[in-house]
Amino acid sequence: MADVQKIEPDSVFAKAVKEGLLAGALAFGLFFLIVGFRTDQNIRNELVLNQRWGLLAIFVLVAGIGRFLLTAYITPWSEARSKNKRAAVEKEQSAFRKSFPKIGLGLLLIYPFLVILILWAYNGSIMGGLQGSLKYVDNFGIQILIYVMLAWGLNIVVGLAGLLDLGYVAFYAVGAYSYALLSTHFGLSFWLLLPMAGIFAALWGIMLGFPVLRLRGDYLAIVTLAFGEIIRLVLINWTVVTKGTFGISGIAKATLFGIPFTPGPTGFAALLGLPNSGVYYKIFLYYLILLLALLTAWVTIRLRRMPIGRAWEALREDEIACRSLGINTTTTKLTAFATGAMFGGFAGSFFAARQGFVSPESFVFLESAIILAIVVLGGMGSLVGIAIAAAVMIGGTELLRELEFLKRIFGPDFTPELYRMLLFGLAMIVVMVWKPRGFVGNREPSAFLHKRKMVSSEFTKEGHG
Amino acid sequence: MVSEVQNNPTAILRVERLSMKFGGLIAINDLNFEAKRGAITALIGPNGAGKTTVFNCITGFYKPTEGMLTMTRQNGEEYLLERMADFVITKKAKVARTFQNIRLFSGLTVLENLLVAQHNPLMLSSGFTILGLLGFPTYKKAASDAIEKARFWLEKINLVERADDPAGDLPYGAQRRLEIARAMCTDPELLCLDEPAAGLNARESAELNKLLLDIRDETGTSILLIEHDMSVVMEISDHVVVLEYGTKISDGTPETVKNDPKVIAAYLGVEDEEVVELIEQAEAAGLDDITAAVDLLSTEALHEIEEAHPDMAPAALIPSAPATVRRARATTAKKPVVKSAADKTAAKPAASTVKSKPTTPTAKSPAAIKPGATANALAEPRGGKADKLIVIKGIGPVNERKLNQHGIFHFDQIAAWKKADIIAAEAYLAFDGRIAREDWIGQAKKLAKQSQVTPAPKKTGGAK
Repeated sequence: MADVQKIEPDSVFAKAVKEGLLAGALAFGLFFLIVGFRTDQNIRNELVLNQRWGLLAIFVLVAGIGRFLLTAYITPWSEARSKNKRAAVEKEQSAFRKSFPKIGLGLLLIYPFLVILILWAYNGSIMGGLQGSLKYVDNFGIQILIYVMLAWGLNIVVGLAGLLDLGYVAFYAVGAYSYALLSTHFGLSFWLLLPMAGIFAALWGIMLGFPVLRLRGDYLAIVTLAFGEIIRLVLINWTVVTKGTFGISGIAKATLFGIPFTPGPTGFAALLGLPNSGVYYKIFLYYLILLLALLTAWVTIRLRRMPIGRAWEALREDEIACRSLGINTTTTKLTAFATGAMFGGFAGSFFAARQGFVSPESFVFLESAIILAIVVLGGMGSLVGIAIAAAVMIGGTELLRELEFLKRIFGPDFTPELYRMLLFGLAMIVVMVWKPRGFVGNREPSAFLHKRKMVSSEFTKEGHG
Repeated sequence: MVSEVQNNPTAILRVERLSMKFGGLIAINDLNFEAKRGAITALIGPNGAGKTTVFNCITGFYKPTEGMLTMTRQNGEEYLLERMADFVITKKAKVARTFQNIRLFSGLTVLENLLVAQHNPLMLSSGFTILGLLGFPTYKKAASDAIEKARFWLEKINLVERADDPAGDLPYGAQRRLEIARAMCTDPELLCLDEPAAGLNARESAELNKLLLDIRDETGTSILLIEHDMSVVMEISDHVVVLEYGTKISDGTPETVKNDPKVIAAYLGVEDEEVVELIEQAEAAGLDDITAAVDLLSTEALHEIEEAHPDMAPAALIPSAPATVRRARATTAKKPVVKSAADKTAAKPAASTVKSKPTTPTAKSPAAIKPGATANALAEPRGGKADKLIVIKGIGPVNERKLNQHGIFHFDQIAAWKKADIIAAEAYLAFDGRIAREDWIGQAKKLAKQSQVTPAPKKTGGAK
């Protein structure tokens, strides 16, 4: 290192080496006691001190090399890139961006079949393709789409109307429980209960809306948070109806125009002469949630061009100015809450139909926080950004289960899923530093006179509650 | 017209006994005024006079403590604004407003700002969103009509080119204009503008004047505005109401208000010596509480003075009005812009006018009467009877007394003033360029001529 310094005292490389060593030393200092030693009880109940120098070395090396790479290569590269970007014409990018929603939509439409085809080719048998695709369609496809839909629903409240809602999961719960209860007690079908769940949730949205109309910002957030918790606690404690923490199981599955997805002779597979598999139901659910999510997107896009949608956005920008223009901010806020809640209710009833089981465990505050994080990360108000954020956040955490190679590095005890929240937080910090207004911070105007120009995020406001 | 439009069909807004108290603070105290239909009414007053509070009461952002605000629409419907919610006032009573600190939707485009203003009619035509969501043609037509209306106003405010830019990206002056256009998109019958010219340069301010006059003349919208920029107020308003400490101190045409001694006192303040004098006057008038007299200072003290000198009062304000107002109107009509320019560079042009008119030789030693006094000061009034200097616009009772103390008793004395005399007079009157601005010399010359033609007593008696 001394040699390097002599030759090029100010070179990036030397600086990187220095910073890398410093980071390594810091990591060593930090992790020396935390990672390097571990106390265990042995069979005679004695404390044994285990030394884990290998693991400590990995930590230190990761920190040191990471810092080195960052300083030596990544920072200069990104600086050069941002310089070039200013010079480069943006047209190419915008052409891609323009067609991105269409490409994405096309991919989503063929996704289950694509997965089956790939796995079929990979495994060499159709059954291998079908069974293997279960994981990808269910864990990735449906799971992500549920969150896309929830985030799009919350986007109406937070992104458009600027009302910070930390209890959104309550509406999800209302939708799920209304389907679960009404179908188990009255045997009503999914297709009837789906809109009813939406309506119930919308009613709850209005009920939440009334008391919080006067509140703004932090105060609104706290009351909505409390509302979410109230719903959950009611579900836990009202055991006569909800069976408390046991949850409701055996919820009827959804059917395709009365055709059940059961293995029997009247089932979907038998009727179409297909090999028996659980994957058909999953594919059906995939398309169902895709349809519901697209409905949410369509309604959002349409509403933004309606006076009510503009009033929501105006409300986010300046409530007093809204009132001075004759806009009834009370009903405007209530419609925002109700519309957002309605989509939460749809998603909830879908969730109940998919799981066949609901319990209050599924509707904890963390879910609200994740949905809100997706909205913020995606860029408030932007449907495409939110979809990307949902894919990254939910898909990313699902992907962690697949990362078997991490076990080879960190030992067989290492379960990457447990680091989910850590990585989630890390990813959020990175994205917020890199793009403070989310993936897509720019706002698309709802009407134009000459040419549709994106509104830069520096002008839009987040709303004050 | 419908018979319900009673006492005054020309009044679009009647403010009666309006009071607004915030705890112990009285922001507005028993205010009465009217805004006429199809006219521009200006609400002026020093900072903290309660102008914006009046606006907030009219537009429903505050609920007044007492009083009645009656809005009479063109179709004869009457609305009691103090009983209505803010958004209903805009929606039903058709009162629109702008804000002192611009409140645009900065993240929405210019066009969208104007579309948001048309929320209520669009809401109806979209069948409260449901029909619009299903794509009914009524909404499509209404939406394109709304865009056309927005385009009309954008052309009016010269912002068509920037229609698709975010409103927050516009320069300040354009934001002010856009805010007015946005308010106009709600189809108001009364437009309330809170300091529309604040922060505008001279050119933008002139454009604003034109825009406001256009709005008044073309759409028939009545305008109520708060303004500090006197060039705007005096040039475009048909009627001016002056507030101080929440009380109305003057009300009338721009010219009468401009020359009202109370208004001048309110704007320029009163000297300490005058306070003492006023207290004396108040005591003479039978007020023994000194603090009460001080409280009366800026407004009612002047009434007290008039009462204390009943011989002076009728001549002081009322009889002078017709003649001088006509004169003042003539001058403002001839050169309105020059007048406002003269405000800023007060002393210079005045000096040149005086120089160009050589007057009767009154070259005497200035030190003869009093140090710092004018050249033609007299020890006492000729024939023991002084002219009523108060007739000159801009000279109040206090100033008259001061002038008398300094040996100025007659109109011809003022008429003969030169530049040095003006400076001397302004020094002891604590004026800055007002003598020239209000053309005391010109007024004095006319009055001097009149007093030569007609005997003085007759003039005083003929209070018309």
